[in-house]
Amino acid sequence: MCLAVPGKILSASGEGTTRTGVVSFGGANKEASLAFVPEANVGDYVLVHAGFAISVVDADEAAQTLEYFRQIGELGKLEEPGSKS
Amino acid sequence: MKFVDEYRDRAKAEACARAIAAITTRPWSIMEVCGGQTHSIVRYGIDELLPEKITLLHGPGCPVCVTPLELIDKALLVAARPEVIFCSFGDMLRVPGSGGDLFSVKARGGDVRIVYSPLDALKLARENPQRQVVFFAVGFETTAPANAMAVFQAHAQKIANFSVLVSHVLVPPAIEALLSAPDNRTQAFLAAGHVCTVMGFEEYVPLAKKYRVPIVVTGFEPLDILQGILMAVRQLEAGRAEVENQYARSVRREGNRPAQELMAKVFRVVPRKWRGVGEIPSSGFALRGEFAAYDAETRFGVADYHADEDSECISGQVLRGGKKPRECPAFGGRCTPERPLGATMVSSEGACAAYYTYRRHAERAGS
Repeated sequence: MCLAVPGKILSASGEGTTRTGVVSFGGANKEASLAFVPEANVGDYVLVHAGFAISVVDADEAAQTLEYFRQIGELGKLEEPGSKS
Repeated sequence: MKFVDEYRDRAKAEACARAIAAITTRPWSIMEVCGGQTHSIVRYGIDELLPEKITLLHGPGCPVCVTPLELIDKALLVAARPEVIFCSFGDMLRVPGSGGDLFSVKARGGDVRIVYSPLDALKLARENPQRQVVFFAVGFETTAPANAMAVFQAHAQKIANFSVLVSHVLVPPAIEALLSAPDNRTQAFLAAGHVCTVMGFEEYVPLAKKYRVPIVVTGFEPLDILQGILMAVRQLEAGRAEVENQYARSVRREGNRPAQELMAKVFRVVPRKWRGVGEIPSSGFALRGEFAAYDAETRFGVADYHADEDSECISGQVLRGGKKPRECPAFGGRCTPERPLGATMVSSEGACAAYYTYRRHAERAGS
C-alpha cells in the first residue's frame, strides 16, 4: 500500500494546498498534487503515492547508491568466486 | 523507468549478496517492516540470495492486513446503505469481514468504487451532492498526508456530503510492541522507506538505543533491500545499534515537513487495534475535534460496533515474525487469496499472499 512511483514533473500550476502538476511515469502522464513538495520544479523527479508527490528524488544520492554497487561489483571480481559462507 | 530499473540489476544484486556473505559470521534475524518490501523480497527471491545464517522476518507493515475485522465490518455496514458511494483503494475490497467483503456488498447492489487517490473520492462528492461519499482512509504514515488533505479540502470547500472511515496506523509504536514482547526474535530492522519519507527517522533513534537494535531506513527495489541488509549485518557484526539511511534519494532526516504539518492539523494520535495483534497504545490516528463532522463512524452510527476475530488464522504470529506462512496448516488449502481466512493472505503485500503467489509451486515440489 505504501507504494510510491518516481515520475518527472512536466508542468505545474496552482499554489499552496491546491498546487498540482502533470507527472510522467515512463511516458504515462498523470496529474498529481504537489502540495507537499513546494520546492519541486518542472523537470524534477518526484515520488508519487495515492496521487500526491511525497518527496523530490535527490539525483546525487541516487547516483551515490549506484556507485556503491559498482564498487561492490569491482571488489567481487578481485575475490575468488565460491568464497560464500 | 528512471530510478527504478537501475536498482534491479541481477549482477549487482549477486555481488551485494556475496558482500553480505563475506561479513556474516553468526546467525542474524532481520525484519523488514513494510509489506511492500516483503513483496519485493519474495518476488525477486532476495531471501534465497542470502547466506543461510541470515533470516528475514516479515513484519506488520501491511495496512490492509492489520485493519481490524471490526472496522471492515463497519465499512460493510456503511457501504450497504443506499445513499452511500463507498470509495476505497482496490486492495481493501477483498478483505473478509464477519459477513462477506466489500465486493460482496457491491454484488448485492451497493455502490462501491475503487479510487486511486482520496482526492478522487472528494471529486465524486462534489459531483454527487445528493449522495453521501465515504472514503475508507486506511494506511500508514505514507498515506496519512493524502487522506488528511482530502478532509482538509472538504472542510475548506464546505463539501458536507463527504466523510472518511479512518483506520490509520503508525509504524514506530508497532516496532516498539514487537521489541518489548518476550518472544521477540528480531535483531535488526529495515525501516519502511516511504513511511520515513514522510516522517523522517528521528523517532527511531530512541528505539535503536533503548532496545540495542540496528534500524536501517530502506527502499523497495531489490538493490535497496540488499544494501539495507548489508548495512544492518555490518552493524550487527560490529555490535553497533544505530539508525542509518539507505534510502537517501528520498528520505531526509526531518522527513516531509509540509505533510507532517497537515497531518497534525487534521489527525490526533489514539490507541488502535491491529488485526492479529491486538490494541497498541498511541499507534494510530483519528480525526481531531474540528474535523469530527467528517467522521463516517459517527455520521452512520457504527462507532460502537464490536466484532471478534477468527481464531484459526495465525496471521498475528506471521505479522510479528513468529511464524512463516508455510507453518500454517490452512496455508494454500483452506486459506488462499481467493478465499482468505485472515489478514496476511488478503493483500498482495501480506506475507502469506506473497508466498502463495510466488512460492507455492516450488514449496510443493520441494516438500
